[in-house]
Amino acid sequence: MPDRTPAVPLDAAGRSPEPLSGWGRTAPTPALVDRVHDEADVRKVLAEARGRGLVARGLARSYGDAAQNAGGHVLDMTGADRVLDVDLAAAEVEVEAGISLDRLMNLFVPLGMFVPVTPGTRYVTVGGAIAADIHGKNHHVAGSFSQHVQWLDLLTADGQVHRVGPDQDPDLFWATAGGMGLTGVILRARVRMKPIESAQTLVDTDRTPDLDSLMTLLTETDHLYDYSVAWIDCVAKGARMGRSVLTRGRFARRDELPARKQADPLRYSQSVKVSVPDVFPPGLLNVVTVSAFNELWYRKSPKRKRDQLQSIPTFFHPLDGVGAWNRIYGPRGFVQYQVTVPFGHEETMRRVLERISSSGHASFLAVLKRFGEGNPGMLSYPSPGWTLALDIPVVSGLARLLDELDEQVVEVGGRTYLAKDSRVRPELFARMYPRLEEFRAVRARVDPDGVFTSDLARRLEL
Amino acid sequence: MIDALGSVGSLLLVGGTSDIAVATARRYLQERPLRVVLAARDTERRSAVAGQLRAAGATVEVVDFDAEDRESPERMVAEATAGGDVDVALVAFGLLGEQEQLAHDPDAVAALAQVNYVAAVVVGTVLAERMRAQGHGTIVALSSVAGERARASNYVYGSTKAGMDAFYTGLADSVAGSGVSVLVVRPGFVRSKMTEGLPAAPLATTPEAVAEAVVAGVRKGRHTVWVPGAMRWVMSGLRHTPRALFRRLPL
Ligand SMILES: Cc1cc2nc3c(=O)[nH]c(=O)nc-3n(C[C@H](O)[C@H](O)[C@H](O)COP(=O)(O)OP(=O)(O)OC[C@H]3O[C@@H](n4cnc5c(N)ncnc54)[C@H](O)[C@@H]3O)c2cc1C
Ligand SMILES: NC(=O)c1ccc[n+]([C@@H]2O[C@H](COP(=O)([O-])OP(=O)(O)OC[C@H]3O[C@@H](n4cnc5c(N)ncnc54)[C@H](OP(=O)(O)O)[C@@H]3O)[C@@H](O)[C@H]2O)c1
Repeated sequence: MPDRTPAVPLDAAGRSPEPLSGWGRTAPTPALVDRVHDEADVRKVLAEARGRGLVARGLARSYGDAAQNAGGHVLDMTGADRVLDVDLAAAEVEVEAGISLDRLMNLFVPLGMFVPVTPGTRYVTVGGAIAADIHGKNHHVAGSFSQHVQWLDLLTADGQVHRVGPDQDPDLFWATAGGMGLTGVILRARVRMKPIESAQTLVDTDRTPDLDSLMTLLTETDHLYDYSVAWIDCVAKGARMGRSVLTRGRFARRDELPARKQADPLRYSQSVKVSVPDVFPPGLLNVVTVSAFNELWYRKSPKRKRDQLQSIPTFFHPLDGVGAWNRIYGPRGFVQYQVTVPFGHEETMRRVLERISSSGHASFLAVLKRFGEGNPGMLSYPSPGWTLALDIPVVSGLARLLDELDEQVVEVGGRTYLAKDSRVRPELFARMYPRLEEFRAVRARVDPDGVFTSDLARRLEL
Repeated sequence: MIDALGSVGSLLLVGGTSDIAVATARRYLQERPLRVVLAARDTERRSAVAGQLRAAGATVEVVDFDAEDRESPERMVAEATAGGDVDVALVAFGLLGEQEQLAHDPDAVAALAQVNYVAAVVVGTVLAERMRAQGHGTIVALSSVAGERARASNYVYGSTKAGMDAFYTGLADSVAGSGVSVLVVRPGFVRSKMTEGLPAAPLATTPEAVAEAVVAGVRKGRHTVWVPGAMRWVMSGLRHTPRALFRRLPL
């Protein structure tokens, strides 16, 4: 017997586990991080990972514990980032799963191709985009990311690589799309890109005084736009509750650009990044600072503006201009509460917004969007209805408040989003996703021993 | 897993029939349904507690645990974690003993030390090993103010609590960085079945108050809590009271 056991077990190579958390910086847990570059590397870890299993991790932009695996292995996929094939005519690219949407844009926007779906940040990997089946401002016309995947190569627990797609083993494909890394490791994917004539968008802005007028406007005119999203001021109360700024747009054709831009219509560059230092005290983000910010922001936005030319970063990724803004919430971190409720239950959405507004748990960001049709993804989040997302710093009493809101949401057939989740009740989650049993059946088929697992999987008993 | 907002998914009660342990489970159940593993001797009380907690919304598992059996802790922890990780483990078993008898009965002293100290540190060792492997979890040890400065009226009990308190305090430091944490709880006089029939001491408290302190301490990631909070200052005063005076205090 050794006379002293180290607190943290080392693996054979003498590496020690690293604490990992998600974008919300809550509930960190230690895991052995394996930086993989290709299939052979992944296989090596799979052969080693016993007991606590493994899970893939992309750029860790999911908010909670999806890409964590306490006491086990975590595959850092960002080193597997090669482009394997490009078909310019068909606008298709074949890539390794660790490549980021940022890189895809840098490479392919100048060639006239945009990613089919982009979240509010371009720092996500293709693997993460499929595993969370992410949606963007174009969900109402284009669906979610996995609907633009022709096929993907999945390494499962038995060491086999399955090429799956909507018409090749669709069950495994639709369990993997939205399956949060729990069916295996996505190694490669073939993605259909969106052809574009310019790297500029034409944007319409509308300011609406309250939630009703916002929802009416969205219902009546959203179909006229490829991209649409509304930012809501969550701090405004009473009659001004739900006042918002709606921005909607589409990519500009080349002939719609001003003459000086027509020479180089696909010129794409990102603005310079400023980082937030890691020194914000907890509680900085209180109701006073947030409401002051929101007031300024609402007043600054135009009441109604048409055909404004905006760059890709300005229109799609305004937050990426500030690096590591998640640190602004201080060491206790924050959660993002994102829920969807079906059409016809607008009252529930209003109540959720009202409860959070009146709780004084300031929210820095609140985003409302109308979803289009869902897809066959078993744990895929989007479904016809309204989706609301808000960031809330961790404060006491929050657990209870959000549990109560979940109850109301589930009551009307709504749900929360796994990529954002760090706290939903397991039994409510099961009610939100009635196809969970089908997902479990696929997982039992390809991974009977549960080698692929994560903190999220354990927390929600997936 | 303990989630981002400190909500707990599974709770292991070692000494599952203890009043404080049951109050803690009930307090957690006020927040959410959860999995509760009752590790205790096979008694009617254990069945009754299992029934009560089920009625309060828990998914209850029952495993055998006997603090007088050297083999029991390993078996108990293996069985308790077979159905999934344990997020919070509360070490709650213990005996107060009769000081009158303990003063003259070496066997009774050995038995008390076995339950309150030996078994407590063996359980702590096995739990910590398991939690280090799972990479997360909180161990809560019910120590006592009686361990702060042993008194004539219960120095055998006090000494066992002093020993287990030192063990868990050191364990807390040893698991730093492993994802595991340890919370040492030091209640004063608690009105539970352990103290039934005894005159209540000053600052006497309830199992519910201890439960509240446990839940808050776990959520905040604390390492020590006193119940009631004022006990900390009282004991700090008593610790420095000159011996001649301390001996004559009616404690
Ligand atoms: C500022 C911001 C804005 C956002 N906006 C949106 C939005 O508008 N719409 C939206 O849908 N989401 C949005 N998100 C969430 C984000 O798009 C998703 O969480 C996405 O999954 C992150 O990708 P990632 O590469 O960082 O993956 P990670 O966070 O590292 O991992 C996410 C999940 O994917 C799995 N995974 C990663 N790579 C692989 C692989 N190769 N094989 C198998 N599984 C894998 C992981 O196991 C994990 O379960 C936003 C996030 C942020 C921080
Ligand atoms: N009450 C107080 O004033 C006070 C103050 C400070 C600290 N504490 C500590 O808090 C903890 C809980 O006490 P409590 O107040 O809740 O008292 P309690 O209700 O009497 O609980 C103690 C439990 O210990 C169990 N136990 C005793 N011997 C055992 C053995 N050999 N094997 C397995 N279990 C055994 C008993 O289970 P059975 O049902 O099998 O008998 C009993 O349920 C104890 O560690 C105690 O020392 C209590």
